[in-house]
Amino acid sequence: MIRSTLRASVAALALAAAAVGSAQAQAPIKIGFMAELSGPQGALGQDQYDAFMMVVERNGGKLGGVPVQVLREDSQLKPDVATQIVQKLIERENVPIITGITFSNVMMAVHKPITEKGVFLIGSNAGPAPIAGAQCSPYQFIVSWQNDNQAEVVGKYATDKGYKRVIGMAPNYQAGKDFVAGFKRMYKGEVIDEIYTPLNQPDFSAELAQVAAKNPDAVYVFYPGGLGVNFVRQYQQAGLLGKIPLLSSSTTDGSTLPAQRETALGVISGTFWGPDFDNPANKRFVEEFERKFNRIPSQYAAQSYDAALLLDSAIAKVRGNVADKDAFRAALKAADFQSVRGKFRFGSNHFPVQDQHIFEVAKDAKGRVSLKTIATPLKDHVDAYASQCKM
Amino acid sequence: MTTGLFLTQLLNGLQLGVLLFLLASGLTLVFGIMNFVNLSHGSLYMMGAYFAAAAYNASDGSFAMAALAAVPGTLLLGLLVERVALSGLYRRDHLDQVLATFGLILFFNEVVRFVWGPASVYMNVPQALSGTVDLFGLAYPSYRFAIIAVGLAVGAALYLVIHRTRVGMLIRAGASNAEMVSALGVDIKGLNSVVFALGAALAGLAGLMAGPIVSVQSGMGEPILILTLVVIVTGGIGSIRGAFYGALIVGIVDTVGRAFLPTLLREFLERSVAQAVGPAIASMLIYLLMAVVLALRPQGLFPVRHG
Repeated sequence: MIRSTLRASVAALALAAAAVGSAQAQAPIKIGFMAELSGPQGALGQDQYDAFMMVVERNGGKLGGVPVQVLREDSQLKPDVATQIVQKLIERENVPIITGITFSNVMMAVHKPITEKGVFLIGSNAGPAPIAGAQCSPYQFIVSWQNDNQAEVVGKYATDKGYKRVIGMAPNYQAGKDFVAGFKRMYKGEVIDEIYTPLNQPDFSAELAQVAAKNPDAVYVFYPGGLGVNFVRQYQQAGLLGKIPLLSSSTTDGSTLPAQRETALGVISGTFWGPDFDNPANKRFVEEFERKFNRIPSQYAAQSYDAALLLDSAIAKVRGNVADKDAFRAALKAADFQSVRGKFRFGSNHFPVQDQHIFEVAKDAKGRVSLKTIATPLKDHVDAYASQCKM
Repeated sequence: MTTGLFLTQLLNGLQLGVLLFLLASGLTLVFGIMNFVNLSHGSLYMMGAYFAAAAYNASDGSFAMAALAAVPGTLLLGLLVERVALSGLYRRDHLDQVLATFGLILFFNEVVRFVWGPASVYMNVPQALSGTVDLFGLAYPSYRFAIIAVGLAVGAALYLVIHRTRVGMLIRAGASNAEMVSALGVDIKGLNSVVFALGAALAGLAGLMAGPIVSVQSGMGEPILILTLVVIVTGGIGSIRGAFYGALIVGIVDTVGRAFLPTLLREFLERSVAQAVGPAIASMLIYLLMAVVLALRPQGLFPVRHG
């Protein structure tokens, strides 16, 4: 009894302090940043963090003119660890905003604990189907994409190119099947075979020999991270790259191209953004990022950069008073910032409504292996689950 | 299914087999002679790949430099690890050894992440081997032929060393009865170091050969370590011959199973079911094989000959 009273009064004091802080607009707004920062997939989270902090540091430690304190947390690709971190951030640190979140399984674990506490979730990577549909929340704002988008755009491209027979390949787990399903949603030709390989299988020689024997019009793959490095190298070494077009999602991106380099030249991939986009916001982003980190930014960096710009615009609109949740939500929904992808707006489920593009791996003006925009098969694309979301 | 495709898949299996052999030969000797469970053998493979990739990138793409860095590098690293961390554990029980070498896995994974970063590191095949060879109407990567050649050459060399040299004689004797060898006045400590370093160098060679094919990244040693353990249990612990044949059997069963089982299942199962079940059963095949071997011949298929 005494303990609960004590806890309640502490909470009340903390709330009061927060209210005073925002009124004076002096005490920093705490922002929880959680992503995969260690292990083989740590490169993605690191890019998200670097780009986010680039905006914060450029603004002298402020977003929207208000000082912010970013609490960096590593979810280690473990949903249980992520849940504990979220609990700590919300109950001990009292953060009003959590951003980042790299993997869909982590997103599914923390989405409810964050949003049901009325904390704003600014997702800058994972966009699993359930939270785009029936399980959506008014407190979520996903700046990146819905997972299926990057497969759908490639499916549409394969249809546009008139490919009749395609083989689909992916690791044998949920996301792998989701991507092949997303591809099939927009692909009108025939998928003559679907090959699912164990998630820990590093060598594809057996599968590639089968692909060569079947000689399809194109191959569609989803092999993220190190798997993509293995697959693309082996596809090229097997002499297939010039012969059978390789269409992909999340396989050749800013995180894997440094290890693939020339072996990936000619690979086709679909996503929402590329470093060669010709708009002022993107030019500024790419130039600053390259100067600071000496590498081409990945899409993960771009997404998180946009998340920081979104927060910057929304915090400015409410003059730092993020405790006024309705006003802050309206400010976020307005998305009044210059996105690196050009135009940007949120749909009814607080996922972006955006163009999806096709890229080819090619050398850029400086002779580095990078992504070159070659087509935009989907314009103002709304994800397939938005209609199921009732907010 | 054409004969060409089947032969290509056999070659793929052979290639995986010889790569496994490079790892298994070292692991089986350490296990058989020193009675030491070394889970960190996969880390030596990873370090070999990292040494190779680092030298490859530093020398602007020279595969020879990569080889010069990887093999002697892991040999020295093996000696160092053996002297500093492991030699004190030989008399402890297997659980302590498992714990300590598991700790080494975590240690090495963090070291490479710290030095080379979390993203995988670039390495490519040497220019001369970047093409493909036409084989039964299907293109086969020349580099994979090179792996097979290197693996078979190492197998032959190991055979000569073990059966024709004094060190080899001691190694064979150690595998049969280590106490007796030391009772006869042989420097068992020195022999242990030689065996461990040799195993490390072979693991480094495997890392070098795998570097251009698979992604060089933290944690790359663990999946292959599991296969290697299956190889030495199937082949017979402590036996180089067992490691060789065991590796080829595991490599070919794994590859051919993966390649043809899903197609085979589709003959009498629905397509979607076959797609889900096929890869699962295919990846289980080698473990089933190991279970059968353990049930029928617990000492392995090609055990050390005693007496």
